[in-house]
Amino acid sequence: MATVGTADATVRARGVSRPWRLLAGAFLLGSLFVGLGVGPVGIGATGIVESALSHLPFLHVHSPLSSIDEAVLWQIRAPRVVLAAIVGGMLAIAGSSYQGVFHNPLADPYLLGVAAGSGLGATIAIAYGHVGTAGQLLPLASFVGGLSAVAAAYVLGRSAGSVRAAGALVLAGLTVTLFFTAVQTFVQQQHTNTLRDVYSWLLGGFSTATWSQVAVAAPYVAVSSAAILLHRRVLDVLSVGDEEAASLGVNVARLRLLLVIAATAGTAAAVAVSGLIAFVGIIVPHTIRLLVSTSYRAVVPLSLVVGAGFLVLADVLARTVVSPAELPIGVVTAFFGAPFFAIVLRTSRTMR
Amino acid sequence: MIELRSLAVRFDGTEAVRRISLDVATDEWVMLIGPNGAGKTSVLRALCGLLPFEGDALLDGRDVRELRRRELARLIAFVPQNPVTPPELTVAEYALLGRTPHLGYLATEGRRDRQAAARALERLDLLPFAERGLGSLSGGELQRAVLARALAQEARILLLDEPTTSLDLGRQQQVLELVDSLRSDGLTVVSTMHDLTLAGQYADRLVLLDRGAVVAEGEPEDVLSAANLAAYYGASVRVVSDGDGTYVLPQRR
Repeated sequence: MATVGTADATVRARGVSRPWRLLAGAFLLGSLFVGLGVGPVGIGATGIVESALSHLPFLHVHSPLSSIDEAVLWQIRAPRVVLAAIVGGMLAIAGSSYQGVFHNPLADPYLLGVAAGSGLGATIAIAYGHVGTAGQLLPLASFVGGLSAVAAAYVLGRSAGSVRAAGALVLAGLTVTLFFTAVQTFVQQQHTNTLRDVYSWLLGGFSTATWSQVAVAAPYVAVSSAAILLHRRVLDVLSVGDEEAASLGVNVARLRLLLVIAATAGTAAAVAVSGLIAFVGIIVPHTIRLLVSTSYRAVVPLSLVVGAGFLVLADVLARTVVSPAELPIGVVTAFFGAPFFAIVLRTSRTMR
Repeated sequence: MIELRSLAVRFDGTEAVRRISLDVATDEWVMLIGPNGAGKTSVLRALCGLLPFEGDALLDGRDVRELRRRELARLIAFVPQNPVTPPELTVAEYALLGRTPHLGYLATEGRRDRQAAARALERLDLLPFAERGLGSLSGGELQRAVLARALAQEARILLLDEPTTSLDLGRQQQVLELVDSLRSDGLTVVSTMHDLTLAGQYADRLVLLDRGAVVAEGEPEDVLSAANLAAYYGASVRVVSDGDGTYVLPQRR
């Protein structure tokens, strides 16, 4: 079997090739530095590195920054950049997961109604439960809302047409989004005392980011993205359809439930700390599909890394374009996302 | 060894398969034939756990319903009539999907899995195509890739639902010859088949189904009678037998 021995090199699944790995890592690192350095007070890369090292014990590096710059860097910019990275990575990896389990290139936390459901859950929690916008209860409320929205969209989409039909699921998600948004507006109008809180939270953004918000979101994001990462091969098996995946020994229903719960929990935590940010879950995975590979072994891990960098950069734009005022970050992602979405619609038509 | 005892499949109250009993011996190739809607595909799908059924289905004496999904997938490989073949997936990646039942739930393929996939590709002369995308293959090559995925599964039973549809006559013969040669490795094959002449040439035994029930079973020359085909297919045919086989020739009424 000499031929089989030599075939070992070619008979393998393409993961993420080394150049793409390095490129994605460099993109994230670069965007972190841009995020930390750009602002009314410019801080250079060496300043950031030396200041970071000065906080580590035993190294005896002295920060070159003034105490004001130190505070700007570590109390204002760093939590903001880290939160944007966590949220961006989560929304992107959740998008890739929804796309895999629903066999639908257009599935995304926003289009499936998850974001609107999370928004409603959080609004109810703020309006009736008097939880602050930084509380631990907010992610939970937003998770319950998000999960009911994705369940509603799935059931509705299935009754309207085959699950594989991209159109039915997106329309169902849109319907759920419109309904949940209406209910949410109603709740908001009934509780004008919290209107301002809710509204500024809904618009989305990281202008009030704190380390405590990072601490609220990070555990959910870590667990849920780890769960999705571990399923990257199984997501490829699902690409041959439910029936064939089942004949290959996969428990499709259980897998779908597990991945939807993971993606929704992570999305809900992201929504809870950042409000509604559209399109990240579509732009990032599809860019990777177009550039690198359609295999989930590439799409899932790269979505996490590139999504994180993408949202950090989008946030930099949001706070610099009309400085000293800020654009809502949802405006920035939608500005790039809407045209991109149109392109995806065209290519996904030729794909099926 | 496959044993079906009073196997019945119901869809929304209508019986797609009515109490079929059938034994398939190891290394045997049994073909299910019958008009559209006779329940051929339902029998295959019930056997590999994709459809709920009544009665018994045993594999080497073990009840299909008591096997876990992964165990079943290590015993039976199923090739549907229109398999989903993502165009961007390479032939090697597609064949590796066949290793799924042998992997831990969250594991990725190891060296042994890659070798099993490589053996399957070699068996079907697909090694030169390993890194080609499925979308770039011709119909015959694609059908071989699908068979390679099933072979990589290393199951002892192969279920083929209409393995030759959408292939030209030469490719049909190639695929059937391939399947026949795989049997020398100890593979048991159950397939459905539209083309009756080819069915008669390659099957050890034919089972004619009509409206979910077995109406004839046995050697090709016995099952493929003009009377049977008129009664169950509503077809007007002339059947010619010589020493080599049985030929079903459609006749214009």
